[in-house]
Parts: sequence; structure tokens; C-alpha cells
Amino acid sequence: MNKILLLLIMVARRDLVLAMRRRADVLTTLIFFVMVVSLFPLGVGPETDMLRKMAPGVLWVSALLASMLSLGRLFSADYLDGTLEQMLLAPQSLSVLVLGKMAAHWMVSGLPLVLMTPVLGLQFDMPLKAVGVLMLSLLLGTPVLSMIGAIGAALTLGLRGGGVLLSLLVLPLCIPVLIFGTGAVGAVTDGLGYSSHLSLLGALLVLAAVFTPWVAAQALRISME
Amino acid sequence: MRPFEIVGGDYKAAQSVESIVYNPKLVNFRFVFMLEVSNLACSRGDHRLFAGLSFALHSGQVMQIQGANGSGKTSLLRTLCGFIQPDEGKIAWQGVDVRDLAEDYFARVLYLGHLNAIKDELSALENLRISAGLSGIKLNESDAIAALRRMGLKGRERLPVKVLSQGQRRRVALARLLVSDAVLWILDEPLAALDVNAVALIEELLDEHLAKQGMVIFTTHQPLKVAGVEMRSLSLS
Repeated sequence: MNKILLLLIMVARRDLVLAMRRRADVLTTLIFFVMVVSLFPLGVGPETDMLRKMAPGVLWVSALLASMLSLGRLFSADYLDGTLEQMLLAPQSLSVLVLGKMAAHWMVSGLPLVLMTPVLGLQFDMPLKAVGVLMLSLLLGTPVLSMIGAIGAALTLGLRGGGVLLSLLVLPLCIPVLIFGTGAVGAVTDGLGYSSHLSLLGALLVLAAVFTPWVAAQALRISME
Repeated sequence: MRPFEIVGGDYKAAQSVESIVYNPKLVNFRFVFMLEVSNLACSRGDHRLFAGLSFALHSGQVMQIQGANGSGKTSLLRTLCGFIQPDEGKIAWQGVDVRDLAEDYFARVLYLGHLNAIKDELSALENLRISAGLSGIKLNESDAIAALRRMGLKGRERLPVKVLSQGQRRRVALARLLVSDAVLWILDEPLAALDVNAVALIEELLDEHLAKQGMVIFTTHQPLKVAGVEMRSLSLS
């Protein structure tokens, strides 16, 4: 058990080191997120009531699109330089390696978005409590996006034009996350309880953490043939 | 020299006393590993590459796969690694289908393909330690440096791999042979991009591995001499 945990940390650390040495990739995702979110107040106009109502949806959809942007790179670099072959031949379970890669992907492409949210919430004149709940919902939801996305990334590995296909495969699967994520913020602005939405997001996270690494590992084996 | 010899048989049972065959001529204890390929067929797309391929390889044996470009050498090696499912036939390790062994089999195999499996952004040292970690070996820094030095990369251990030449990158990849504890080496064109000195070094490594009762299957278009053992060859056409 301990060995599995060490391996998971090793793989995640490797991906984080690589991401830090290719910082441009990390920054593009974050800048894309900030830009898309900022376009809405400019396009819709400065009516604070409407902006406040739109904010959770805009931030969530932008986070979803930003995470699609970086998914293509999740396995493709390892595929192109042959590291993925070595991972398939590793004497440990491939699912653990995949989970490690998912974790690193989230820390690079999901976590910065969560941390950026309070600043962007200001643009939409969101109340402090709503910003807090939005951050919580993104914190629970963005790992699910990385995990579901990894299945799509594994399936479309090595395909030409895989990026578009990846989005078509993955976006519909992310709808539940989007609904509960925005629902939580909607509930808190309406003065209702938001814990049920967050609990459901947490349940999705647990479910995804158990099943998606295995599914993505199988998809990788199929793609490598 | 060896009192006991465990030959073939069931992988799990081979580790129990019952399956040990007593041989008075022998003095030491050793495991004999065996890879058996029977009636293997493989195709890519609609094109049948080979069919009815059978061979067995034991500890201390080396086999060269020969054939023209596109005859399926790489596909055969990738099938042996389990990346490609064969159309027909069976690959068995110690008598057990490798698909059932899965990770137990992978732990015995070292595969070096056309791709070096090294990252441009990482140094040679980091690359070697990470790939050792992936194969479940904990490699400390001094051992890793020693392996890289033996591969002729002295002074370049901490440089990012992207500044190294093609041959030097191949040497970084080949350094895995030095730190691995795998029994079966599957090498696809190991000599590509290597100079004369490196080829001599690879020959030396193969000799050492075979002397330790390892097994090697490789493809190459360059001459490669292995001392002491008979080189078997398999022709794909």
C-alpha cells in the first residue's frame, strides 16, 4: 500500500517538475480562463444584477473549456517520446500511474483556476459568500473534470484532430459536474442551503477517483496497440 | 557446478521444492527462466505480418530477429511486451500465459524501443532515476551517476537532455540496462545512432547479462557480436 502511494507521488512529482520546466503551457491555460471570464462583462454590459446572476455559470463554463485546452497534453508527450510504453510495462498497476498523472494535471490546470476565482468574482460583483461557495464547488469539481477528461485523452491518443474529438467526447460527460457546481452557487445567492450540491459534487469526485483511473488505463492499452 | 535446476513448469510452482529436479552433476541453485512462443500470428490492419511463429528461449540465450523493413520485427517485439494482442497463438512465461501474469511478467521485462522514453526537459540523471522508479527500482544518485559514467556520459549527467546529441540520448536510454534487474531484455535496434565505442559497450553489457543467466531478444541491422554463447536467429519474411 505504501509502495503504491510512493509511486503515485513519484509520478505526480515528475509531471509537476515537467510542467514547471514548460511554464508556458501552464500559463496559457490560466490566461485563457481569465480572458474568457473577462470577456463576458465587456460583452454583456455593466448591469450588476445580471452579471451577478451569470457569474457562476460563466466561471464554471470557462473552467470547463480551460481544462479541455490542457487535456490534449495529458498523455501525448509521454506517448510521443515512448515513456508511455515504459509505463505500460511497469510492474505496478497502470491505474496508479494514471491517477498520479491526473493529480498532477489537476494541480497544474485546475488548482490555479480555483485560486484565481476570487479576483474574477470581483468583476461580476459577486457577494463574498457566493465567491466562497464557488471556490469550494470548483475545488471539488475541477478534479472530476481532469479525471473524466483523462479517459477522453487516453481514447483519442495519437489521433489526428484528436483535440476536437476529445472535447466532443468529454464535454457531455461533464454536464453533471457543471449542474451541481453552478447549482451550489445559485442556491447560496437565493438564500437556500448549498450543502446538498456540494455533497453530490463530493460524491462525484469519490466515484471518479475510484473508477476513472482504471477506465483510462484500459483506454491507454487500447490506444497503444 | 549446480545441484538443482528448475526447468520450465508452472511459474508459481517452480518456486516450491517439489518442482526442483535434482541433478547430481550440478552444484548450485538456479532458476531457469523460459519464454515460450507458440503459433503466434500478428497483423497490422489487414496485412498479415507473420503466422505460425513458434520458439522457446531459456536463461542465458540470445536471439536476433532478422527480416527486411516492414517484415514485422518491431511488431513481434511489441507483441512480446504485451502492447499488441496477437491474432492467434500464445506467449508463455514459465508456462503461464503472459496475459494472466500481467504485472508479474512485466517486472521481468526490459523493453527498449525506437523511442528513447526520455524527457528533453529533464537531465540525464533525472531521466534515469525516474525510469528506474517506473520499473519499481529505487536508484540512488551515486548509482545512477556511476551508470551514466559507464555509458560515457561523464560530465553530462546534470545537463538537460535536449542539449545532448542523438547518440548521447540513446546512451541515456541504454543506461537503463545497467540499473535494471529484468531477466528478459527486448531491444529494438539498440545500436541506432551509436558510435563504435558504444557498440562495443553494448556487446559487453549483453555478455554480462547472458552470463548472469539473462535472456536477450533484439533486432539490428548492424553486426553485433556476443561472446561465449551461440546467437540464435529468427527470420521473418
